Amino acid sequence: MHEWALAEAILTSAKQIAEQEKLKEVTEVTIKVGELQQVEPPILRFALSQMKSDIFKSAKFRILKAKSTLKCRVCGTAWQFNFKKLDKATAEAIHFVPEVAHTYIKCPKCGSPDFEIVCGRGVWLQDIKGAK
Amino acid sequence: MVDPRISVISHRLSGISRIIAVSSGKGGVGKSMVATTLALTLAKSGYRVGLFDIDFTSPSTHIILGAQNVQPKEEKGLVPPTVHGLEYMSLIYFVGDNPAPLRGADVSNALIELLTVTQWGTLDFLVIDMPPGIGDAILDLVRLIKRIEFLIVTTPSLLAFETVKKQVALLCELKMPIIGVVENMKMDKAKGITGETGKLGLVYLGEIPFDPQVEDAIGDVAKLLNTAVGKKIRQIADSVILAKKRAP
Ligand SMILES: Nc1ncnc2c1ncn2[C@@H]1O[C@H](COP(=O)(O)OP(=O)(O)O)[C@@H](O)[C@H]1O
Ligand SMILES: [Mg+2]
Ligand SMILES: [Zn+2]
Repeated sequence: MHEWALAEAILTSAKQIAEQEKLKEVTEVTIKVGELQQVEPPILRFALSQMKSDIFKSAKFRILKAKSTLKCRVCGTAWQFNFKKLDKATAEAIHFVPEVAHTYIKCPKCGSPDFEIVCGRGVWLQDIKGAK
Repeated sequence: MVDPRISVISHRLSGISRIIAVSSGKGGVGKSMVATTLALTLAKSGYRVGLFDIDFTSPSTHIILGAQNVQPKEEKGLVPPTVHGLEYMSLIYFVGDNPAPLRGADVSNALIELLTVTQWGTLDFLVIDMPPGIGDAILDLVRLIKRIEFLIVTTPSLLAFETVKKQVALLCELKMPIIGVVENMKMDKAKGITGETGKLGLVYLGEIPFDPQVEDAIGDVAKLLNTAVGKKIRQIADSVILAKKRAP
C-alpha cells in the first residue's frame, strides 16, 4: 500500500509544523485528498494510526475529499475528473503518479491532453491544531 | 495548505551513499547510454546501485536495459524492481509506451511524487538519467536532493560544449559538486574538449569512442558491456568511485 509513504510524509511535515509552532501535543490534523489520486481515506487513516507516535498520540485525523477540476489549456473547457470512467490499470497509474493523467485523459471538448490540474491533485496538509 | 511530500524526501534517500546525476545541456549526446552503462558497471563491481530515469517525456534507459514486464512492488511505498542487478525506477511503469505530454510544473510534481513514494532502501550509488537542458529537472534535484553530484556528458562538438559551459556556470553558482566531464562519441584525436574542460577547472574523465556496435547492443546488457563504450565506461567508473574523496 503506497498510502503508507504518503502518510509518513504527512506525519513528517505535520511534526515540522508542530515544532515551529511549539506545540507539545497535536490534537487534530486536517488533510485534504484530491480525487485525482484516489487515495482511500480508510487506508490513509489506518496508516496514520499505525505510524503516529509521541506528539500525535491523541491526535485525530480529519480527512477531507476534494473534487478534482481539470481545465483545457487549448479551448478553456473545465471539467470534473471522474475515475469511474477509467479502467483499473489506468486508475492505478494515476493513483501512483497523478501527472500521468496527461497520458490517459483528454479534454472532453477538443481532445487535447494539454490541460491544467486546477485542484484536487494529491494529498495536502490543511490544518494542525494542538496544545502548547 | 502545505505539500507534505517535500518533508519526507531526504528521509527516503537517507540510505543512499552517493547520488549521481548524469546530465548535459544537449539531447542526444549519450546521457542515457552513459548513465545506464555506468550503473550496470558499478553493479557488476559489487556495489548496490539504483537507476532512476527522470527524462519523463523521453525515457530511454528501459530500452537500453531491455526491461520488460517489470513493475514496482507496492510496499509502504513503491519498491523498484531489480533489472540486471539495478534497482530500476522509471515513469514507464505508469505510462507504458504512450506519450507523457508534461509541462514543467507536471514534471516537477511527478518527480516529487516518485521521490516521496519510492523506497530505495540501502544503496551505494543512485544514478539519475536526466533530461537535457538546464531547466526544471536540475533545479528540482538541487532543491530536493541537495547532496547530488553531477557527471556531465558532452560530445566533441563545440555546440554541445557551449551548453556544458552554461550548465557548469549554473552548478557553480548553486555550489553543486561536479565529478567531471565525459566526452562521448569521439571520432578523432582532437584535444579541444580536454583543454576546454581544464579551463573550466573540471576533471576530464575520459573519452568514449563512437562505436557503431552500440546500436546492436541496445536491449542486450551483456553485449553492451563488451562494446568499446562499455569497456571505456569501466575506466570512467573507477574515477567516479574515487571522486568520493575529492567531493567538496
Ligand atoms: N559512444 C557511442 N557510440 C555510438 N553510439 C552512441 C554512443 N553513445 C550514445 N550513442 C547513441 O546515440 C544516441 C543518443 O544517445 P542517448 O544516450 O539516448 O543520448 P541522450 O540521453 O543524451 O539524449 C543513441 O542512439 C545511442 O545509442
Ligand atoms: Mg536520454
Ligand atoms: Zn479542449
